[in-house]
Amino acid sequence: MLEFKNVCYTYHTKEGETTAVDKLNFTVENGQFVSVIGPSGCGKTTILSLAAGLLKPSDGEVVRGGGECGYMLQRDALFPWRTVEQNIFLPLEVKKRNTPEKREKALDLAKKYGLKDFLKKTPSQLSGGMRQRVALIRTLAAEPEILLLDEPFSALDYQTRLEVCDDVQGIIKSEKKTALLVTHDISEAIALSDRVVVLSARPARVVAVHDISFGGNNPKKRRECGEFAATFEILRKELGI
Amino acid sequence: MKNKIKPEYSREHIAYLRKQKKNKIIVHLSRFLVLVAILGIWELLAQFNVINAFITSSPSRVCKTLANLYVEGTLFYHIGITLMETLAGFLIAVILGYAVAVILWSSETVRKVAEPYIVVLNSLPKIALGPLIIIWIGTGYDAIIFMTVLVSIIVCIMNMLAGFIAVDKTKLLLMKSMGANKAATLRKLIIPASLPALMNTLKVAVGLAWIGSIMGEYIVSKAGLGYLIVYGGQVFKLDLVMTATFILCLLAGGMYGIIALIEKHAVK
Repeated sequence: MLEFKNVCYTYHTKEGETTAVDKLNFTVENGQFVSVIGPSGCGKTTILSLAAGLLKPSDGEVVRGGGECGYMLQRDALFPWRTVEQNIFLPLEVKKRNTPEKREKALDLAKKYGLKDFLKKTPSQLSGGMRQRVALIRTLAAEPEILLLDEPFSALDYQTRLEVCDDVQGIIKSEKKTALLVTHDISEAIALSDRVVVLSARPARVVAVHDISFGGNNPKKRRECGEFAATFEILRKELGI
Repeated sequence: MKNKIKPEYSREHIAYLRKQKKNKIIVHLSRFLVLVAILGIWELLAQFNVINAFITSSPSRVCKTLANLYVEGTLFYHIGITLMETLAGFLIAVILGYAVAVILWSSETVRKVAEPYIVVLNSLPKIALGPLIIIWIGTGYDAIIFMTVLVSIIVCIMNMLAGFIAVDKTKLLLMKSMGANKAATLRKLIIPASLPALMNTLKVAVGLAWIGSIMGEYIVSKAGLGYLIVYGGQVFKLDLVMTATFILCLLAGGMYGIIALIEKHAVK
């Protein structure tokens, strides 16, 4: 579980101070997939850094229900000098949990999600979609409590993007992980999430929170639902686009 | 051969490969012919007294001098001394420079404090320190090694630091999000990611090391190729100067070649 309680955050630079986040309140329940959408530059990445504990809130509190956070970034950030397998082991090495059992577990995860034949390859031999999948498995290998996704699909072309975001959501759901995604893509947020938090322009405040349940948990089915367009319109108006 | 012509290739592709191969041969052949032409013209001009071989020397006189040095038994002695000084200076500069770059990378404050000193040391002509080096370290080859290190280390530091700092910010954020400390970030990310920068540094440093060792021998030496050049100049034995220069060309080229080969294997 992850809870933002009246969280404020202010950036300090020589030129002055900027309030990026102002009195933010929202909750991510265990096993939930929550998306945060907002206009670009509204401080979405700041919210993830706050959630991960990389930044300390200026005011208010971020409550994490124990466990660690795993980050998935805009670009896959795979290390080109390591094989896919070695990339997946990276968090284990960094966190000094590089035991045979943990490695075995990570490999099982990779095999389960179709990376069996790619383990010995280098990232440059993989397609953009495959690379993001490796990045996800790498994140999951550290067995995080909550996954933090920072527009992980924005660097992909449209077709790959649809495939990969359904793919990633499917893996996260079947591993029963809690996830917080920040994005500026309304349809992505609707298709993937159990709950969508709409933010205002900087400083970010919560404009609305929507729980979404139509179309089951399947992004494909959800996009085909009649409610999809209606929800899109509501969110679009709330974002003021 | 890597580009073996396979039977399944189309005729157009085979023609393309042949053309590529032909171009490669032409380039290599031309390079060789340019060398032959330069040496040949030089030799002919000297033979027919168009130029004064006493001042300009000539390929045949260089060969003779080489043979003499070999017969006297001092050829490999001089080469060995200079090679040792250059290699030692080069290795010390690279290793020490790398270590200093790591320290500067790890703390922004230290980096800011050190910056003006590095800038000044970089622009200072190191030869100005010649007299100090002689007085402090003496006239042995350790003084020359010191000079070599001095000439090449600053560039090593600056090059490596630039390489460390240029590492992808996304990857740094990833390491940070995994809770990696400085040491882990250095080991897992910075060092492997900056390998191309290291190779570049080696290439630049090897050239500078030659400058340092020869300059050092100019200032103070009893042996070595730089010594032969200075000595030859003083007693007007220009054959000796040319011969030593020729050997230097070969050694410097060879060392650069070795590093290029290492790079090819290290960076894929």
